[in-house]
Amino acid sequence: MKRMTKAMFGAAAMVALMVGSASAAEKAEVIHWWTSGGEAAAVQEFAAAFNAAGGEWVDAAVAGGGGDAARTAGINRIVGGNPPTAMQFNTGKQFDELVTQGLLSPLDDVADAEGWKQHINPLVLAAVTRDGKIYAAPVNIHSNIWLWYSPAALEKAGATAPKNWDEFFAAGDKLKAAGIVPVAQSGDAWTQVLTFNNVLIGAGGKDLYYKIYKDLDVDAVKSPEFKKVADIFAKLRDYTDAGMQGRQWNQATAMIVTGQAGFNFMGDWAKGEVIAAGKTPGTDVGCIPGLGNQEFWIGGDVFVFPVNKDPEATKAQKLLEKVLLSPEAQVAFNNKKGSIPVRDDVDLSKVDACAAQGIALAKAGNVVESTDILISPDVSGSFTDAIASFFSDKSKTSDDFVASIASIVEGAK
Amino acid sequence: MKPRFFRSIAAQIALLPAWLIVIFAYLGTIAWTIRISFTSTKVFPTYDFVGLKQYERLFATERWIISGQNLFIFGACFIIGCLIFGFLLAVFIDQKIRAESVFRTIFLYPYAMSFIVTGLVWQWTLNPTLGVQQTVRNWGWQDFTFDWLVRGDRAIYVIAIAGIWQASGLVMAILLAGLRGVDQELWKAAKVDGIPTWRVYLHIIVPMLSPMFVTATVLLATAVVKVYDLVIALTGGGPGISTEVPAKFVIDYLFNRQNVGLATAASTVMFITVLVVLAPWLYSQYFRGQRGRGA
Repeated sequence: MKRMTKAMFGAAAMVALMVGSASAAEKAEVIHWWTSGGEAAAVQEFAAAFNAAGGEWVDAAVAGGGGDAARTAGINRIVGGNPPTAMQFNTGKQFDELVTQGLLSPLDDVADAEGWKQHINPLVLAAVTRDGKIYAAPVNIHSNIWLWYSPAALEKAGATAPKNWDEFFAAGDKLKAAGIVPVAQSGDAWTQVLTFNNVLIGAGGKDLYYKIYKDLDVDAVKSPEFKKVADIFAKLRDYTDAGMQGRQWNQATAMIVTGQAGFNFMGDWAKGEVIAAGKTPGTDVGCIPGLGNQEFWIGGDVFVFPVNKDPEATKAQKLLEKVLLSPEAQVAFNNKKGSIPVRDDVDLSKVDACAAQGIALAKAGNVVESTDILISPDVSGSFTDAIASFFSDKSKTSDDFVASIASIVEGAK
Repeated sequence: MKPRFFRSIAAQIALLPAWLIVIFAYLGTIAWTIRISFTSTKVFPTYDFVGLKQYERLFATERWIISGQNLFIFGACFIIGCLIFGFLLAVFIDQKIRAESVFRTIFLYPYAMSFIVTGLVWQWTLNPTLGVQQTVRNWGWQDFTFDWLVRGDRAIYVIAIAGIWQASGLVMAILLAGLRGVDQELWKAAKVDGIPTWRVYLHIIVPMLSPMFVTATVLLATAVVKVYDLVIALTGGGPGISTEVPAKFVIDYLFNRQNVGLATAASTVMFITVLVVLAPWLYSQYFRGQRGRGA
């Protein structure tokens, strides 16, 4: 009996040792902010693919603020010299400073071996390339400027899906009369920025959008076209409800999934919530990419890989880079996330009706780059403050709004 | 003379780690922060010199101005509210009521909670579609409105109310200790003279408790300057930017908005403000008091 116990202990110890050494080999700690139901399910696909490839995914999710909290935590650790294996950013300028300081590893060897340059969407590839080197692994293309609607709620109110902003407000009035919240909006500032960009591109058009965010053209802000955008944005305030403050984006999306509200401006990650609720995007919940002027917004998420002194961690990074952009993981992840894959050599037959609309727009060249690609986090923050303070204060007029945006654009030059 | 000298050496050695911490961790970082605020630093320190550019931008930023105003509104409401409410609670408990310790625990209990929990509780309570307003409407008063949390001009007062709810218990505990120290003879004397109880409290007890009030005020004031988590949990700075506070401004620009130069300028302004407000008071409290005692 005693001997057997001993033997069992020995075996257990050996197993523990083996497991221990195996996991130490390719352990990857990944900081990201995918914590809502649909997002968590999607990131699980990456974790599963990475574990299947011989790694061990250590999840370090940080919730809140559209990634604010996660980026704060991650940057802090990189600057403090205790970097995670990989960390999420939005496609664009957010990690510029880390590249300049030489804190991120270039991924060109993996990229060349895996054919990234041939198969990744050129706008996305440009957004992760600095001085000819690739510094981040883009994992998805998200479009922020979708208008989602509940066909059931619209039908109940006797309205139809709008094709332009006049029809939108007409439908909004009918919803109001029927006692349904016209626009389900979250109180978080970043969601109000999404709504604004929706209006800017939908009602103002692609040229106006680029003039403001890319050229930083003050005259464009003072133009009648932008005034029209400001007026529409101002009018939207009257179509939201009192519960806006303190509501999260996924709660707002849930309102149109259940038919409590008519419309919701949100990025295509809203689909993740729709799918998680057991509904089908495109039929149970309708989608319009950029109401008025249909455009596909090119944004999304990337992972950066901080320079690491530990060779084991570097090995894990290489493996993770390969796995994140493998065609299988791309399809599995993006189908759950609601975004579209960055590679064009993957199976797109399984994408939903809304993503298909997006892919068609992208093929036709109707695309705009995201604000994260065009402006720095600092300038973007000023826009956020101005937009949120205008949207939540009905005493501010659209002229006030034009003036505050003009001063930001002036200062950003 | 000798033993005293040695005693002082030993004391100095024992204090050395504390001195090092004060010099390097506090004064050193303060000096470094002020230096950085004169540079164009984004995420990583660059030691150029751009003069007062960050400060000019800071004071041209609407959000900073609102943050400053909010700090004063919140600070005034919070400190005065806590002192009044805490004093009333202390007086109430001092009436030799039954089950005193139960009440004391209940009143002190909120202070044991984190600001995050306090914030969430109040957020749900005051959310117009979930909390008090909806409940009263469901009872039949359809016109009842209490939507301060979602009104830009009132939300900061909600934060002050939540803060008062949390911190009054602490003030109560401090003042109760003071009340227990009041000589019972004094009460008897006041009774003999026929002075009404409220006058005894207002004109005799309160002045006697002034050291307790000072202690409580200092504790509350530090909580005001660093208020951050309560705002994050309760409103996230919203509606819009109407409940932003300086600490949140600094944190946002420090990390997420990647403009350390502006963030350090903001924290330098906070630091100077605190100094300006506290310096005369500290002087009168400690230095003049000491000299008086010495003479």
